[in-house]
Amino acid sequence: MAGKTLYDKLWESHLVKDLDDGNSLIYIDLQYIHEVTSPQAFEGLRLAKRKPWRSEANMATPDHNVPTTTSERAQGVEGIVDPVSKIQVKSLDANCNEFGIDEFTIDDPRHGIVHVIGPEQGRTQPGMTIVCGDSHTSTHGALGALAHGIGTSEVEHVLATQCLQQRKAKNMLVKVNGELGQGVTAKDLVLAVIGKIGTAGGTGYTIEFGGDAVKALSIEGRMTVCNMAIEAGARAGVVAVDDKTIEYLKGRPFSPSAELWNQAESAWRQLHSDDDAHFDKVIELEAGDIEPQVSWGTSPEMVAAISKNIPDPAEIENEARRGNYQQALVYMGLEPNTRIQDIKLDRVFIGSCTNSRIEDLRAAAAVVQGRKVAENIKEALVVPGSGLVKAQAEQEGLDKIFIEAGLQWREPGCSMCLAMNADQLGEGEHCASTSNRNFEGRQGFGGRTHLVSPAMAAAAAVTGHFVDVRNWT
Amino acid sequence: MKKFIKEKGLVIPLNRANVDTDYIIPKQFLKSIKRTGFGKNLFDEARYLDKGLSDEECSHRPLNPDFVLNQARYAGGSILLAKENFGCGSSREHAPWALEDYGIRCIIAPSFADIFFNNCFKNGLLPIVLEEDIVNTLFEETNDNEGYGLEVDLAEQTILKADGSVINFEIESARKNSLLNGLDDISLTLLHADAISSFEESWQQKSPWLFT
Repeated sequence: MAGKTLYDKLWESHLVKDLDDGNSLIYIDLQYIHEVTSPQAFEGLRLAKRKPWRSEANMATPDHNVPTTTSERAQGVEGIVDPVSKIQVKSLDANCNEFGIDEFTIDDPRHGIVHVIGPEQGRTQPGMTIVCGDSHTSTHGALGALAHGIGTSEVEHVLATQCLQQRKAKNMLVKVNGELGQGVTAKDLVLAVIGKIGTAGGTGYTIEFGGDAVKALSIEGRMTVCNMAIEAGARAGVVAVDDKTIEYLKGRPFSPSAELWNQAESAWRQLHSDDDAHFDKVIELEAGDIEPQVSWGTSPEMVAAISKNIPDPAEIENEARRGNYQQALVYMGLEPNTRIQDIKLDRVFIGSCTNSRIEDLRAAAAVVQGRKVAENIKEALVVPGSGLVKAQAEQEGLDKIFIEAGLQWREPGCSMCLAMNADQLGEGEHCASTSNRNFEGRQGFGGRTHLVSPAMAAAAAVTGHFVDVRNWT
Repeated sequence: MKKFIKEKGLVIPLNRANVDTDYIIPKQFLKSIKRTGFGKNLFDEARYLDKGLSDEECSHRPLNPDFVLNQARYAGGSILLAKENFGCGSSREHAPWALEDYGIRCIIAPSFADIFFNNCFKNGLLPIVLEEDIVNTLFEETNDNEGYGLEVDLAEQTILKADGSVINFEIESARKNSLLNGLDDISLTLLHADAISSFEESWQQKSPWLFT
């Protein structure tokens, strides 16, 4: 009998029942909840007079709406200026209270972006099925869990039944061979993958990221990669469990207790694809060929290497694709064949569930240390992913490095990734951003987003335009 | 849940590939804690010339005359014709809510993003996948014929054109049944409550650390 993939194992171990027509009932171990996609779910539960199936299998935090300035955050929920945002955050607090759900409120020192705090706390564990009303839930797959985004109706469904009705996806292996070059990061790796397979390349698949270059990544690096699986169309991305995974989980607040640790570890170490596992599709890349990436357009697939130019739509054979590229360049206010390194920037954002963890901040700090933000940069924000990341960064003196250089050191939250709070781009402004989406208007009405790694964003902050961070001294 | 049985309506062509859910309903409108009222902000950034604010009256806002929803010939349309990878990006269910609230009952495209596709069925909205060349033909016909309409019959899995020709479409039978009968997913799943409890018990035996 053919071997199983990691996805097969995760799926099968959670199968409650096969239903009609290829659908199945899958058990969900953990649901993360935030303030934007849950109010209607809780309201539905209330109206139907239902209780959560298992309140303790849920964990909540407000992250999308929260302000990131220290002065506003000093006042807790009352510091939220936008009345509609305030209602939404207060609703989450009230709902979690009513339904007995654990919440890291805005005042909690452990509070932060949901996909940062979950793994950090040891709540995300290998072998789990994890959902959240947020497409970047794929992040948690880095720890060998099956994790994906869902809509609000399914949030309510999981609250009420602890299950999802689902159809099993196909298996894709993205194998990155060799070694990433100096200055080339997990973010560049995943942007290169999306550039290769496109924003719908993974639709209908769960992607397993493998190969030596992926194995060589730290757990935080793997989270960056899995975070953007959805940008390639795959709802979930997974990485096999190895020594790094086990090491990462040791001693975290919610990690298994001493008595259960050995049993858990032993189960976790089985979480990898069998040697003879069958994948429906295999994509291979050579890590050595990957340069620092910069997105130039309005979709994560519109990326180029730092040493290259913005493509010329006229050279694109496929008519539809040519049209997409033309439209993107008009929106971005960019000309074909412009050198990526000549793109001038207005703002810089270092943050988001993709890149706001301690390793990301260290990388950015190392680049800006002793330098100053360029004159043409109106604002450069550094938004740590959680209170604990912020505290650790401060302990290491990273905050001082950023502030000295003229960047702003903020409180945790989703911030300018999707600009639901006051951290927004002005119309027509170009931003070097460590986030995950460059859609039209994503970071603000008329805003122009360029997706890059933390070091690349930091270098851009200090020079005012994109530079090849591999040559940085 | 809302049923879908048949829809006879005017077609609105949205000639743009990779329409993401930020385009469908921008972030500021996600602050609402309600399930309704998103229709006025559907495709907000393309539809209006100014920047939309959450909780704002829209009747006075300047309209983009070039946007399809603002063109008189498409007023009252209920069938959205779209291009590939419709609904990509964020999982926000506010996207189908906005479409539904606007009056769209059915979306026809060569392909849909996974999470969006799934969310449609939770809201009585029927997403239909058709071959790219068939969709392109529909775009041409819609463009060339003012008042172009289609008649969608879910039970028969057919789309009837004005000239009497019929297009057949595929749909998973469980999803079809759910839409035709307006079934409540949660009630259906709770019929398997015993199986869920029983799974939970054995899962707890195997992985006790997940239940502390």
